[in-house]
This record gives sequence, structure tokens and C-alpha cells, in this order.
Amino acid sequence: MQHTSSKKTKYILEGNIMKLLTIIFIAALLPVISRGELNIVATTPEYGAIAAEIGGDHVQVTTLAKPTEDSHFVDAKPSFIAKLHRADVIIEGGAELETGWLPSLLEGARNPKLDTGKPGHVICAEGISLLDIPASLDRSKGDIHAAGNPHFMTDPVNGKIVAEHICRTFCELDSKSADFYRENLAKFNKRIDSKLIEWQKLFEQHKGKRIVAYHNSWPYFAQRFGVRIDLFLEPKPGIPPTPANLASVQSGMKTQGVRVIIVEPYQNRKTAENVAQATGAAIVDVAQYPGGVKGTEGGYIELIDYLVKSIAKALSEKADK
Amino acid sequence: MRKRFLQLIACIIITAPFVSAGSDENITTNLQEEVQQLRRRTEALELRLSSISAGTPTVTSGRAGSTYMNVSFDTCIDAGWSTDSDPAKELQLGDHDPQQRGFSLRNAEIALDGAVDPYMKGFANIVYKLDTQNETELELEEAYLLTTSLPGDLQLKAGQFFSEFGRQNSQHPHTWAFADQPLVLNRMFGSEGLRNVGARLSWLVPTPFYTELLLGVFNGEGGNSFSFRDTATDGCHGRTPVDRNLHGPGDLLYVPRLCSSFDLTDQQTLLLGVSGALGPNDSGTDSRTQIYGADIYWKWKSAHADAGFPFVSWQTEALYRNYEAGADPENQLPSETLMDWGLYSQILWGFTTRWVAGLRGDFATGNDGLFDSQDIYRGDRTRISPNLTWYPSEFSKIRLQYNQDHGARFGNEESVWLQAEFLLGSHAAHKF
Repeated sequence: MQHTSSKKTKYILEGNIMKLLTIIFIAALLPVISRGELNIVATTPEYGAIAAEIGGDHVQVTTLAKPTEDSHFVDAKPSFIAKLHRADVIIEGGAELETGWLPSLLEGARNPKLDTGKPGHVICAEGISLLDIPASLDRSKGDIHAAGNPHFMTDPVNGKIVAEHICRTFCELDSKSADFYRENLAKFNKRIDSKLIEWQKLFEQHKGKRIVAYHNSWPYFAQRFGVRIDLFLEPKPGIPPTPANLASVQSGMKTQGVRVIIVEPYQNRKTAENVAQATGAAIVDVAQYPGGVKGTEGGYIELIDYLVKSIAKALSEKADK
Repeated sequence: MRKRFLQLIACIIITAPFVSAGSDENITTNLQEEVQQLRRRTEALELRLSSISAGTPTVTSGRAGSTYMNVSFDTCIDAGWSTDSDPAKELQLGDHDPQQRGFSLRNAEIALDGAVDPYMKGFANIVYKLDTQNETELELEEAYLLTTSLPGDLQLKAGQFFSEFGRQNSQHPHTWAFADQPLVLNRMFGSEGLRNVGARLSWLVPTPFYTELLLGVFNGEGGNSFSFRDTATDGCHGRTPVDRNLHGPGDLLYVPRLCSSFDLTDQQTLLLGVSGALGPNDSGTDSRTQIYGADIYWKWKSAHADAGFPFVSWQTEALYRNYEAGADPENQLPSETLMDWGLYSQILWGFTTRWVAGLRGDFATGNDGLFDSQDIYRGDRTRISPNLTWYPSEFSKIRLQYNQDHGARFGNEESVWLQAEFLLGSHAAHKF
């Protein structure tokens, strides 16, 4: 009796599972078509945009986070596991940006090409001089990042470093097309260099001006263009605005003549509108990611171009009044 | 004198290039060449510089790199009241549920995880609980290794861990959407869930969408394998437990699972799974148990999500148990097959940043045994639980929950539970 029942279980398990495995295996083989191009997965859209620019038609790029959502809190969707499983390269920002969701995805993806330290795992923060590195790790100060502020791509010079990093990875993994990638990188850098002069000029007359942001995600942009983005609607990073903090921001804006507030797509625009109304300030819709606001869909350079022009325009308009 | 000197200098400056180069054309080509050479050298230097700087990580992250493992400590504190004077007796049977009127502390958990070497990761969860007498109970909830580099898209887990049956069984209490365990999971897997020492092999099936096939193998013995060889806990069959040893691989507990996920739209995700738990039980010398389960999880999240809000999610699990109970002449119980089933369905609405409203409905039945009236794990039970949770940050929460219970054994009971949670340190990333 004991013997037959264990045999029965074995039959149920082995018989049904083997049948299932066979069906799944056959189904699995159907879509596997080798295309001979690098399969790139980027965590956030700006890395995806740069990868597409460097890789051109030699790569296929998939981006996980939406340009309009808060990239710290992306769901670790199972479909991402399937995407990462097939990827040749993962490009992540690093500096704790994706720490809440990427590790469990990579764990599930079992793709040795994406192991840390392998060329297929690009951590963009490497090689960037990060700002806001906290002296002590204390969560009573809000949501701080031990490695420093991870929103470094708002500085186009950091964009160049990341593009170089991505290009080097592509060249290593697909050496046949190395010249093609290097040529694209040179084009990208040339475009940024010439634009940078134009962008700097737009900010020349605004040096030292202050801007209000919802969250402290703009120190790199501020540093590059010589403005101060150091008044925040959030009392502490990641802590929703409180009436007391909004009042203190408003009085600071009035006494110092701060007239521009920047808001990202996922942040509470209503709060910003109330502050703007009380202080006569203008709101500029900004995004850290291409496609986050209208007019930035073109790519990384188009995004920076939009940011520079819209913020500079608001600063000029408010300065005239 | 001074004027003449200046004239001489000017003359030298003007004529110098002509003297050295000869003609205009030559100068231009020479200069062009030189500029080009300089440009090439600068480019090479730039490339080298950026490669040097890019190759050197500036600062590694506190969570991921500065230590060899993540260490976190998480505590859930419950406070509340129930119309039942002793909720732990049969109303709140989950081991991490609020257990008494007033305060309970049933989950203070130390979680450790990190890479062991290039081949595996290690995880441990050590849980402290206070009983009704305020004595500390300690349990090694989980301690397992997880391989990271097996070929063939395989992954092996080995040690003590929550079996991956359905959706909630493998989740730790602090990630639950409600203050207590669903009734059906409690009834099939006991107070702790299905958690045992064993191994699990998983295969990531190379379908275009996500599909994972898992097979867990466990001893299936002792306090955390309730429907199987659990001689430690009374319940579900009414017989005097029979202490059975392993006689062959067929006497182990097998937990197969297949799950798939689809993105219905850019903002909607569906996760479907079927699971089984098959093994011998302790009601006789050759009696066996089969548990089957189906689970569905659907989530919508706004494309403009701030800290993950707003969202709506729906989760349902249904379980069916076929329990072959052996004959027990001493208790006048014949050999019989007991059939139980139940389900829970819960909907969560993250209506604004850091606020979630939830509603859960529970149903469990099993009333075909002769011993049912004495067994707290049998008979019909229903529960309706609305709740509201506020997350001051991602490291804390405050939850208010109301339970309306109805049970064939105890009639109607009502309870209100307030739950607070805090998390220190760095915790491994959560799954979907």
C-alpha cells in the first residue's frame, strides 16, 4: 500500500509535469530567433535613449521605467524578468536609484551576462562625481542615498561620460561594429559640445538665481548652469509637503524674489500651483527622462534642450516683470 | 632708441614665419597638420581619462556594496480589541496575527541577506515573538541558499524556507496587506504557513512572456507542515497522530508550482499561478494529503506614479484539500476522505500617495468529518475585513483593520486591530 501510493504520487508528478514541460519547451522554441543584434535593457529612459543613439540599428533597446513615473518605485514586474533574461546588456543608473526593484529582477532573470562586474552590466554612476553624499546615514533626514544623489543625468556633461561608458560596452561585446558605435559616440559628443555653448549662453544672465523644486533631484543641472535649485516643497527628501514647510518656502520665495517652480510629471502639481499662486511664480513642467513631458520625446539631447530653454525662458519672463 | 627697438621687434615678428616656412601654402598645411595631430592627441587623452574615471567606482552604495550583507530589523506591533475574550484560541489562528485584547507583538524579525560567493546568495530570517505571557519565542523562520549561476536557467534553493505555494504563503508578515493571515491558508497550512526544510528547483521557462516552473521537495514533517506529517499540532483530522518515518522518496512532501505573467497594458499586469502540495499525513500509516491551489494577482498602477501611488490591485487564492484520514478505532473514527476548500479575495486601492484602503473577504469550509465539532480547523468560517493603511515613509506603516467573523463553532465576533510597523537597516528588494 505504501509502495503503490508513493508510486502513484511519482506518476502524478512525473507524468503531468513532463507533459507540461514538453508543451512549454516546444512553445518556448518558437519565438527564439537570432537577430544578431545586441539586446539592451535600460532601467530608465534617458539611458535607453543614449543606448539607442550609440547603438543605432545594431541594437534593440527596451526601457523598464516609464518616463512619467517615480523611478525609485518601479514595480518589479515579472515581464521584466523575461526581458532581462534575454538581454545582452543591462544599463542601470546605480547609486541606489533602482535598489528597491532591480536586484530581485536580476535574481529572477538568471542571466550570467548581466552579473555585476561583467561588461553586460553597465552602472552609469561609475565615473560620475556624485553630489550630496551624506556625512552620516540617518533616515530621520528623509530618504537619503548613501552613495550620493542619483539624478546626475540632468547635467549633459555627465551624459557624455555615460555615453562613453555605453559605447565602450557595445564595442567590447560587438567588436565588429566598434567603428560604427565610436562614430555615433563622436556625433553625440559633438552635438552636446556645440549645444552646451548655446545652453550656457542662455543661462549667462541668470547666474546665481534661485529656483524652487519639488524634490532635490536637480543639483547637477544647477551646478552645470550656475543656478541654485535649493528650495524644496518637500520638507525632507521623500517626505510629502507639509503646510509649515510650504509656508516657509513661500516666505523665502517672497523675500528673495524666487519666481520659478519646477515640477516633475509624477509630483503633485496642485501643491506647486498653490505655492505659485501665493507667490506669483511660474511653474515649469520638467522631467528627468525623455518623453516625461511633451517635446522631449526625441532623445536625451532634446530633453536637456527642453529643460534649458523652458527654465531659462521662465527665468527671463519673471525677471522682466 | 626705444622706438627703434619696438620697430625691430615688430619686424622680426612679421617676418619670422616667412623666414622659417617659406610660403603661405606651406604654413597653412603645416598648421593644419599640427592642429590635427593635437586634436588626435587630445581625443586619445580624453578617451583615456574617461576610461580611467569610468572604471573607478566613486562611492559604492550603502545598501548594495559597502557591506557584505544587508541587515534589517523589522517589528510589527498590534493593539486592539475583540468581542472574543481569547482571540488566539480559535479566532486568530495565524502565528503572526494579533493574538489578544490589548497589545501583541508577534513579529520582530532580523533579516540577513547577501552574496555568499559568485555561485550563491544566502538569506536568513530570525523571528522573535512574545506569547500571551510575554515570554519570548524564537524561531529560525528561514535560512537558505539560492544559487546564482546554475546552467539551463535553473535556480536551486536549499534550507528552511516558505514553500512557494500560491502567492501569500511565501511572503513575510510585514509585507502582507492585512494584519492577519487569510483563513484558508491558515486552515490548509496551519498557523505558520507551509514552511519546511528542503530544496526547490526552479526553471525560468523561455517563453516570450514570464513563466516559471518550480518544484519544492520537503521533509513535510513537524509544526510547519500542518496538513502533512505534523504530529506537533492537533487539528484537521481528529485522530491520534501517527509518527511516520520516511520509507522512500514518495514519503517526502512535493510542492510543484507553475506561474505566468502578462502585461495586459502598459499599466496593468496579471500574474497567474497553480500550485500543489502532495505528501503523506499523520492520520494513519499510509494516508496521504493533496492540496491544490490557484492564484491570481492583477495590478494597475498609474503611469504618473509617485512613490508607487496611485494603484489598484486584486488578489485571490483558492485552495482545495483532499485529506485521506486513516482509521482510528480508539477515537471511533473510520478511514475516510475529508474534503476542505476555501478562498480569499482582496482588493487594495492606493488612492493617494502613501495611503491604501483594502477590503478582504474570506471563506473556508470543511464539515464532512465526525469530529468536526471539536476541531477549530474545521466547519464553515467567513470573515470580512476592511482596512486602511498609512505609510509615513517606505520604512514604516500604521494600519487600522476591522474584522467581522462568523464561524459555525463560535457564531459572530468582531475585532478591531491597529498595527504599526517599523523597519531598520537595509532590506532585500521585494518581488512583484
